[in-house]
Amino acid sequence: MWTAEPMLPVRYRVTDRRAETADSATLWLEPVDEPLPAIEPGQFTMLYAYGVGEVPISVSGIEDDTLVHTIRAVGAVSRALHAARPGTVIGARGPFGTTWRVADAIGRDLVVVAGGIGLAPLRPVVVAALDLRPSFAGVTVVAGARAPEEFLFRDELDDWAKRDDLELRLTIDKPAPGWDGPVGFVTEPLAEVAVDPLRTVAFLCGPEPMMRFSANLLLRKGVPACRILVSLERNMKCGVGLCGHCQLGPALLCRDGPVVDYAYAEPLLSVKEL
Amino acid sequence: MSTATIDVDGLGRLIDVLAADGYQVIGPTVRDGAIVLAELDSVDQLPSGWGVEVGPGEYRLRKRADTAMFAHSAGPQSWKQFLHPAHRKLWSTDAEGNGFVPAVEEVPKYAFLGVRGCDLAAIGVLGGVLAGGRHPDGSYVRRRPLFVVGVNCTEPGGVCFCASMGTGPAVGPGYDLVLTELVDDDGHRFVVDVGSAQGRRIFDRVPSREAPADEVGLAQEAVASAAGRMGREMPATDLAEVVRDSRESPLWDDIAARCLNCANCTLVCPTCFCTTTEDVTDLTGEHAERWQRWSSCFELDFSYLHGGEVRTSGASRYRQWLSHKLGTWYDQFGGSGCVGCGRCIAWCPVGIDLTAEAARLSAAAKGSVDVDR
Repeated sequence: MWTAEPMLPVRYRVTDRRAETADSATLWLEPVDEPLPAIEPGQFTMLYAYGVGEVPISVSGIEDDTLVHTIRAVGAVSRALHAARPGTVIGARGPFGTTWRVADAIGRDLVVVAGGIGLAPLRPVVVAALDLRPSFAGVTVVAGARAPEEFLFRDELDDWAKRDDLELRLTIDKPAPGWDGPVGFVTEPLAEVAVDPLRTVAFLCGPEPMMRFSANLLLRKGVPACRILVSLERNMKCGVGLCGHCQLGPALLCRDGPVVDYAYAEPLLSVKEL
Repeated sequence: MSTATIDVDGLGRLIDVLAADGYQVIGPTVRDGAIVLAELDSVDQLPSGWGVEVGPGEYRLRKRADTAMFAHSAGPQSWKQFLHPAHRKLWSTDAEGNGFVPAVEEVPKYAFLGVRGCDLAAIGVLGGVLAGGRHPDGSYVRRRPLFVVGVNCTEPGGVCFCASMGTGPAVGPGYDLVLTELVDDDGHRFVVDVGSAQGRRIFDRVPSREAPADEVGLAQEAVASAAGRMGREMPATDLAEVVRDSRESPLWDDIAARCLNCANCTLVCPTCFCTTTEDVTDLTGEHAERWQRWSSCFELDFSYLHGGEVRTSGASRYRQWLSHKLGTWYDQFGGSGCVGCGRCIAWCPVGIDLTAEAARLSAAAKGSVDVDR
């Protein structure tokens, strides 16, 4: 279908919306016409808000033909998408980009490190791991947010916290009333996680400094850079390798990313303004 | 391959035959003090007797002593403007949610007349980007069935360096017909090679005579000697490696002190393909359209990400342009993004010379290797 018009969206209708935090919400989108091809964890779609524009948004849930996206209102388009209520028709193109390759991690320890909205692209990794839980050795989730009410998927985090087959460590940036967990960046609880470097695959998503610090910590623990996966973000206009905006050195991130390993990412992220 | 000769009337006949076959013939003509590319319906519109003086930040028409029509190097435009329009509608939709309607494009059947080696290579490079990946650009694909009349270059300009990029002065594969222009005491004529069945079909309808061996020899010599008269040269080194090794080079700041970030180089470059999108709604708010237009890595908001731009400094934006053109293009599309046409040098208002900057970066990169030892 994309062969002819890769820039032409198809219609999806918002069928459900859940507010996650003051400025983020999860949308469930049902196809009005032919659904897009199946999306995989780590991939993204280009979502169009009527009359405003289009932005890349990673998938935050895998549910057959339903697209699940968690959106933080930060710009004109994401504000419009965030404000969309059930019944609203939006446009979608995709799926685009590389995946978290969860199947390649079968038999290994998964260490998932998320900062803020970065938990959204990683949620499908954790859900997949729990669905196939006996196939993985350990599953650890380290997530940080600015404040307790800034965590996405709070009901789900509560469920994860109760499981004895998943190690969940949450941290917030600054002390807050009613919070008796750790305070500080994700690197602090991550430092306490017992990591077997030979068995670990790490999945990182969040602000770039957070990913760099977390990756460096994992490298120091002996995890090879090729088994530290990061999801990168740059301006995107097309999603299909035609507009040139998402370049990061040799990468077109819409095509070669967003998920890349840290052996590839490290020399690129270490250069200012690349 | 058979070689024939046509005269100026024959060239006119070629234009007529192409037009009769439904082609829109595009070729060089003089307009606004430059040689531009425009629709032609007569051989009289070609820039007969015009040459150009070209240097860094300089382009002037020059009257020639002869009637040569193709004795000029690249002008401010390239074939990109026909294959990858500067502004086009992508689709429209409405507030009722009735769906997305792709823009209907009237795409002419193009015949490009006077395509140089560098520019035919550029068409190939552009095609690799826009149609060589998993998601071909439909607009480009619809425009791509071309009839190409190449012209071997016998008069390279002051900023030309196709010979060192391997794209000229002879036109490479991909042409339907290729001409070599000869103007001397024996008259004004064109030695023609046919490069395709489509080229043969058209050329069979143009009166020609068999080219004698000495005329073919003259044409070959003229093209061969052009290779030695290039105004510029790209350093013969692994530029992708130079670019990789130069990410932190202090030379970027030095170039940025001269670069105006005007984006001229990206607009005149025959392979620069970057675009952005614009969303427009009418006054009622009932209809919306999405448009695509050329954009440039020199624009500040090109790298805008929530919270700010990634490339805020002019140095980082020039680094992006040069590094992409000469280096990371290999990673992304399997070849160089530069074809050696020299447009970016001529149309840079401050005369920044890509070949000179590449040479400095190359020397500096090699120097730093020595220091490490």
